[in-house]
Amino acid sequence: MKDQGSYQPYSYFQLMEVSLRELLVEKGIVTEAQLAATVEEVRNITPERGARVVAKAWVNTEFRKKLLQDGTRACEELGLEIPALKLVVVENTPTEHNLVVCTLCSCYPRMLLGMPPEWYKSRNYRSRAVREPRAVLSEFGLELAQEIKIRVHDSTADMRYLVLPMRPADTEDWSEERLAASVTRDCMIGVAVPRI
Amino acid sequence: MGGLPAGKVEFTEHDYVDWERRVDALRLLLSGIKGGRQLMTVDELRKNIETLPPDAYERMSYYERWVTSITQTMIQRGVITTEELGKKMAEIGKRDGSKV
Repeated sequence: MKDQGSYQPYSYFQLMEVSLRELLVEKGIVTEAQLAATVEEVRNITPERGARVVAKAWVNTEFRKKLLQDGTRACEELGLEIPALKLVVVENTPTEHNLVVCTLCSCYPRMLLGMPPEWYKSRNYRSRAVREPRAVLSEFGLELAQEIKIRVHDSTADMRYLVLPMRPADTEDWSEERLAASVTRDCMIGVAVPRI
Repeated sequence: MGGLPAGKVEFTEHDYVDWERRVDALRLLLSGIKGGRQLMTVDELRKNIETLPPDAYERMSYYERWVTSITQTMIQRGVITTEELGKKMAEIGKRDGSKV
């Protein structure tokens, strides 16, 4: 597996990565082919997956119920694998808004949203989301009325959260695909709401 | 770090580079969720990150912490030895011209 582009000597930690990888390949623990396939697989997971789930829940009440009861199973019904994790879907309502964080590290519903954005992993977001969520949301440009309660969900190694945003008004005649296109990654983390 | 005072959220989006993606893939493969033996758990990844000295934690980037933690876990589990790693890093450093 060769990096593309202009040549630069390895940094200390890149050297560690190459060394660790070569040792594990030599020992038959992983193969370069497996690694390349896994990198590709991860690269192909985008927030469109999560958006598909949200749009389905908006148009299909039965699915919405199932999704809120057992997120992992409901997603598997759509052919989306959530390996060995409990997916908890939390629903925004006119009186309650949900926000997801991982204060310990960076646990994130990667199987539905892909790799997390840098800010999600940052000290500032992780420290403050649990203490002053309203201020953090306002930095994201989301001003919530004082009477709306904010629930902050702290992810764990085995449990991931996904926010089910409220369906925007005046979208009754929209197709599932069109609805899905209105759902961004940030809506499913809870730092934004769908805007149409 | 939940609840500690901190500054404003900076809206950086991370463009993952190839070696970071490989560290990520390595972690997935070693966790056994892709089939194969489980050689590490998320708790081990976290423990070996949290035992980094605070100044090292601050100085290192996200995937620098990860690769350090995964390597440490492999040593703790006896999958690789410190000697093997040292030798390999010296060898590749020489091949590549990096300073080790």
